[in-house]
Amino acid sequence: MAAPKPNAAAREAATAARLADLVLPRGGFTAAARAEAIARVRAMGLPGRRDEYWRWTDPAALNAAHPEGAAAFRVDRPIFEGRDKVRLVFVDGVFDAAASDDPALAGAEIALLSGAEGLDIHWAKALYGTLEAASHDPVPRPLAALNTAAAGEGVLISVSGRPARPLHISYRQSSEMSDVMLHHVIRLEPGAELTLLETGTPGARGNVVTEVDIGAGARFHHIRPQGRAFDRVLVTHLFARLAEGALMKSFTLTANGRLTRNEAVIRIAGDGAVAHVAGAALGDGKDAPFLHDDTVFVDHGAVGCESRQVFKKVLKNGAQGVFQGKILVRSGAQKTDGYQISQALLLDDDSQFLAKPELEIYADDVKCSHGSTTGAIDETALFYLRSRGVPRSEATALLVLSFLADAIAEIEDPELAEAVTGRLEDWLARRTG
Amino acid sequence: MLKIQNLHVKLEDEDKPILKGVDLTVEPGRVHAIMGPNGSGKSTLSYVLSGRGGYEVTAGSATLDGADLLAMEPEDRAAAGLFLAFQYPVEIPGVGNMTFLRTALNAQRKARGEEEVSAGDFLKLVREKAKTLKIDAEMLKRPVNVGFSGGEKKRNEILQMAVLEPAMCILDETDSGLDVDAMRLVADGVNALRAPDRGFLVITHYQRLLDHIRPDVVHIMAQGRIVRTGGPELALEVEKNGYGDILAETA
Ligand SMILES: Nc1ncnc2c1ncn2[C@@H]1O[C@H](COP(=O)(O)OP(=O)(O)OP(=O)(O)O)[C@@H](O)[C@H]1O
Ligand SMILES: [Mg+2]
Repeated sequence: MAAPKPNAAAREAATAARLADLVLPRGGFTAAARAEAIARVRAMGLPGRRDEYWRWTDPAALNAAHPEGAAAFRVDRPIFEGRDKVRLVFVDGVFDAAASDDPALAGAEIALLSGAEGLDIHWAKALYGTLEAASHDPVPRPLAALNTAAAGEGVLISVSGRPARPLHISYRQSSEMSDVMLHHVIRLEPGAELTLLETGTPGARGNVVTEVDIGAGARFHHIRPQGRAFDRVLVTHLFARLAEGALMKSFTLTANGRLTRNEAVIRIAGDGAVAHVAGAALGDGKDAPFLHDDTVFVDHGAVGCESRQVFKKVLKNGAQGVFQGKILVRSGAQKTDGYQISQALLLDDDSQFLAKPELEIYADDVKCSHGSTTGAIDETALFYLRSRGVPRSEATALLVLSFLADAIAEIEDPELAEAVTGRLEDWLARRTG
Repeated sequence: MLKIQNLHVKLEDEDKPILKGVDLTVEPGRVHAIMGPNGSGKSTLSYVLSGRGGYEVTAGSATLDGADLLAMEPEDRAAAGLFLAFQYPVEIPGVGNMTFLRTALNAQRKARGEEEVSAGDFLKLVREKAKTLKIDAEMLKRPVNVGFSGGEKKRNEILQMAVLEPAMCILDETDSGLDVDAMRLVADGVNALRAPDRGFLVITHYQRLLDHIRPDVVHIMAQGRIVRTGGPELALEVEKNGYGDILAETA
């Protein structure tokens, strides 16, 4: 091997410095996984602008030893309030028992990572860090490995039945300097079903990893309105593995945030599985910079599966949107139906959307399509609405909602979809005036 | 009611004059028709009155009950009572017909300082109007004009008009593309709205619509001007002889 380039040496030094600065949990059942994760971080190094998938998003704020600091959002009004659910509250990444419900859900086993950590034997041992570890080929995801190594808290959920109530992980930020790493592990046994609501800002800086193993015929619904603190930076990784006939639908709503990088790595391993990932991001660069990055990798390795990626961004005042989405169809994954759409609606000339859609197909009997568009509000439609008496701001909001409709349609539960729409309407009422 | 004086309009980005001195007054309770060859400026007139962008008024004025239309935003013109049934109604995917119409009605009422209409009352109102126009409930649930046939789009325009109850209605070729029965429905819809305090400006190419909606006054527009004004017989003359004679006369 050639001698490392100067760039590589700098990366190595930065990585070593970051690792040296971390307080690593000692770990019981996670100890081995954490040690391996550290080795992975060392080998990969922290991400840099020259990496193929970081060209458009600067990871500096995620790499830095400490967060820059971000004011907590004044009034992050609760969402999904009307719904009966089991709520677990994390304030700056620390579990708040007083604010939380009893972590008991019929048909599910729920534990905190911090509580289970000391145990040598735990069901989560077979899963903790494994989907993350398998995700680095061909694209390294060092921030996820860093999380596996260092996250001190998270929720471990094993579902065997079909709990009627959703599980709600609610994040709150209280400190301007909180630096939060959370690592959730979710196992759905064959035929099980879970709705996971994940809301709020984890901290001034957040790094959240969720590993989900979805058994045969099991169904996983994930609805994630991310917190609205203006200056927070956040990286999330959703790693999912689907067995035969499994289904997952994940929807993320992002409004505000200096930096958000949401990665999803979905491995479709069983025949007839269905995976949908969707997102709606709203960014207004007026109060703080806004950069939102969806990086998605869907890996089809089985027959007759369906995947759908629907990502929409609404950008104004210099807001930046990034989408990097890939569908890989492995040889033998016949009858794959893969779909991907990424679209941006630019509300002015200052904002920017960068998209990198990729298809890599090694099977011959598949149906895959992808598309990406960038556009402005349709002036003809706007005039039509206004000619009926709808004021410009309201007409714009209606058209933005119509633009986002396909993404919201990925939320199966109508009540939850309505709550998300309500949140969008509030944002638009404030921002399209 | 509607008073247009010496209106000159050109394209905003181009030095292309389209309207070259239009004079036209519609009195309350009256129905005026405008006919004229393709490209003579009829739609442009309707767009300029309702406030579509892309045009520049270089001279003249247009008022509705004394208020300067040209100085208002499109939504304010609507609240002031102006309505345009589009020659080409616009499809808006993702916005439900009912949501659209209710938002419009309540926005207008709010602008006029009136109470908003409750969801229940609104539903009743729309159902009743839709029934007379033979628009089925399924169509109301769909996104605005998406997947509507040409005729359905035109009927939907009339439904909006019936619900919004504007003071001054402009209909731009609402009859084109309609079958005989739909034409009668549309005409009945318009006739039902005729009232002493409401004016109509009906743009059409065909006498057929005017058989059902009997106009009080007929204008012929050519090359951006009203070149002839007369009674209903003028439309019959056009139907019989085309525009040749009239244009030759005024050239
Ligand atoms: N936005 C535009 N850009 C370019 N030309 C335009 C524009 N709007 C109108 N025109 C031109 O202005 C003239 C008048 O058009 P307009 O649509 O008003 O005619 P019309 O009388 O409604 O015709 P028709 O009977 O075919 O509907 C035409 O020559 C048309 O091409
Ligand atoms: Mg026309």
